[in-house]
Amino acid sequence: MKELFPAKQVIGFAFSLLLTVIALAVYFLDMPFAVGMTILLVTAFVQAGVQLKVFMHAGETEDKAAIYTNVYYGLIIALVTIFGTLLAMVWDM
Amino acid sequence: MEFFERFAVPHPSPAIYASMVAIGLVMIALVVGLTYFKKWGYLWREWLTTVDHKRIGIMYLISALIMLFRGGVDAIMMRAQLSAPENTLLDSQHYNEIFTTHGIVMIMFMAMPFIFALMNIVIPLQIGARDVAFPRLNALSFWLFFMGAMLFNISFVIGGSPDAGWTSYFPLAGNEFSTSVGTNYYMIALQISGIGSLMTGINMITTVLRMRAPGMTLMKMPMFTWSSFIANVIIVFAFPVLTVALAMGTMDRLFGTQFFTMENGGMDMLWANLFWVWGHPEVYILILPAFGIYSEVISTFSRRNLYGYKSMVASMVVISLMSFLVWAHHFFTMGQGALTNSIFSITTMAIAVPTGVKIFNWLLTMWKGKIEFTTPMLYAVLFIPLFTLGGVTGVMLAMSAADYQYHNTMFLVAHFHNVIIPGVVFAMLAGLTYYWPKLFGFMLNEKIGKWTAWLLSIGFLLAFMPMYITGLDGQARRMYTYSEATGFGPLNMVSFVGSGIMAIGFALIVYNIYYSTRYASRDISSDPWDARTLEWATHNPVPEYNFAVLPEVKSSEALWDAKKKGHVLFKGKYEEIHMPNNSGAPFLMSVIFFIWGFALIFSLWIPAIIATLGIFAFMTHRSFEQDHGHHISVKEIEETETKMRGAK
Repeated sequence: MKELFPAKQVIGFAFSLLLTVIALAVYFLDMPFAVGMTILLVTAFVQAGVQLKVFMHAGETEDKAAIYTNVYYGLIIALVTIFGTLLAMVWDM
Repeated sequence: MEFFERFAVPHPSPAIYASMVAIGLVMIALVVGLTYFKKWGYLWREWLTTVDHKRIGIMYLISALIMLFRGGVDAIMMRAQLSAPENTLLDSQHYNEIFTTHGIVMIMFMAMPFIFALMNIVIPLQIGARDVAFPRLNALSFWLFFMGAMLFNISFVIGGSPDAGWTSYFPLAGNEFSTSVGTNYYMIALQISGIGSLMTGINMITTVLRMRAPGMTLMKMPMFTWSSFIANVIIVFAFPVLTVALAMGTMDRLFGTQFFTMENGGMDMLWANLFWVWGHPEVYILILPAFGIYSEVISTFSRRNLYGYKSMVASMVVISLMSFLVWAHHFFTMGQGALTNSIFSITTMAIAVPTGVKIFNWLLTMWKGKIEFTTPMLYAVLFIPLFTLGGVTGVMLAMSAADYQYHNTMFLVAHFHNVIIPGVVFAMLAGLTYYWPKLFGFMLNEKIGKWTAWLLSIGFLLAFMPMYITGLDGQARRMYTYSEATGFGPLNMVSFVGSGIMAIGFALIVYNIYYSTRYASRDISSDPWDARTLEWATHNPVPEYNFAVLPEVKSSEALWDAKKKGHVLFKGKYEEIHMPNNSGAPFLMSVIFFIWGFALIFSLWIPAIIATLGIFAFMTHRSFEQDHGHHISVKEIEETETKMRGAK
């Protein structure tokens, strides 16, 4: 029975719902912009990670290394681009 | 009549009317010629519907050469206009349109298809595969590029060309200052061909990761495959930024959004920022495959293995990451503070280090080699000093404080032509000459080829060295004229002469193709250059299935070791080969994309909606289509192989 029950997926689903609820709370609760934005960003990245790992099966095949290299590479470039843009266009203007 | 007025060219001139007539005549000639020689069926079966990577490569090659001439004519006209002070050959609007289209055509529709041509032709052969991972997607990539290029080119005669520079900076490119549809052409045509490039990136990465011959680990891949692989990784990460920026720009121009405007919270500088977040990696997308070609050529004609294989790979991986860290050096003078400029100055200078590593690797490959000066090798040897010159001026430009002097002058123009012409164009011509026998079964004439290389180099030096000087003296780029008092006249005349010599060089390429097609010997071996890598282990021209038996590889120079160390490449006997079917869908879908783009450019909403539905209809059809490809029987393979071998 244990092999048949997709425990990982069910927990993943519950966790992903929880993340959605937390993100939704930003709308309903009255909080400063910075706090709300931080919560949204963190939950969004964790959510994307959960989806990739649990529901899109990253890390379950031989391609594991290639997939994670790709994800991390993309993450680094996205962060560099965003913070570089903020630096050049907003912070250091 | 009011409806049709929008299609008129806003600033007509005799040259534009002449090109209208020329375009009309060429199209009539094509239709008449195809009908007279009964070639419509041949064109459809063998080319328009093909999914064969070699044929797609050839089509990329032809498009690139045609666009090279389109962009080259623009260049000659610019140099002619600037050859004397207060010249009136072109008016300012015409000049603006020409430098804009020259930039776009040369980068997006000449250099990109040229590298895609060589990637398509070479990568599957070099890794011992039968085709790319997604052959039909590959055809779609090509046709999207082609339709994007054609859409961009008709702007000249319908509605007016873009005139805001190839960078198309806002607010100049916004509706307020660019009222013609020209910039719409820019946004939509680049979007369509950009989607094609992105697909090629995904396709080639998958091909390299999944379809290598048995035994070929990543570190046994030939250097061109490595460099193209890295370039495609950059494509996949950089092009989405362009896609998004173009979509935002399109919405600003067509739907009244305010992303890049100067009021209502818009930020015009964000366009420049996003453009260069894509634009800087783009130059490495162009140069890395070029480096790959040079690595193959230098190693082959020095009769030595490539010096420092691992450092070559490492330097390219470093370049791929660092190419994303330097983009703000394109707008040092835009007003950001010293901190930002210093950071981007340092990253820019740092990226010269891995590039320098590669230069030294090539020099050390040639060191004590038995160098044979064939045409491709001549290009490679001319490339090293000329490109280094461009690299050094690049480091000069990287100094943000000094950049206030160089910015927007001819110095910059000289610099980027100095890296792109010896870097990319020479590499592509070297690759063209090197792989010509692979594609067509005969070699290009060596004598004409060497003349071309020398004329291009001398013409290049005459055309661009004077710009360094006038640039430092303050000649601004994109100015259609200058006064005699500036003293720029004589040096610009030298430039014009240089560009004329380059034009002769490019004309010689076409003459060489014509001459060699008529007179060159078809009696060549499958390995005419005595090369080292796998692509030369099959016949010339390559049969549909590439390799009758898939090779087994033990080293990065599989063919050389097969020749010298007795490695056995082809084990086992013929088996049935599974190949993909041809399909007309990519071509037809791209035609619909063309109509979609044209409708959007002129704000024809009903046709645009219908075309959008058509695109989705094609995608739906593809999702439910059953297409299992076809098999080539053992008997057929035996027949082809006997015939190919007999030709030797």
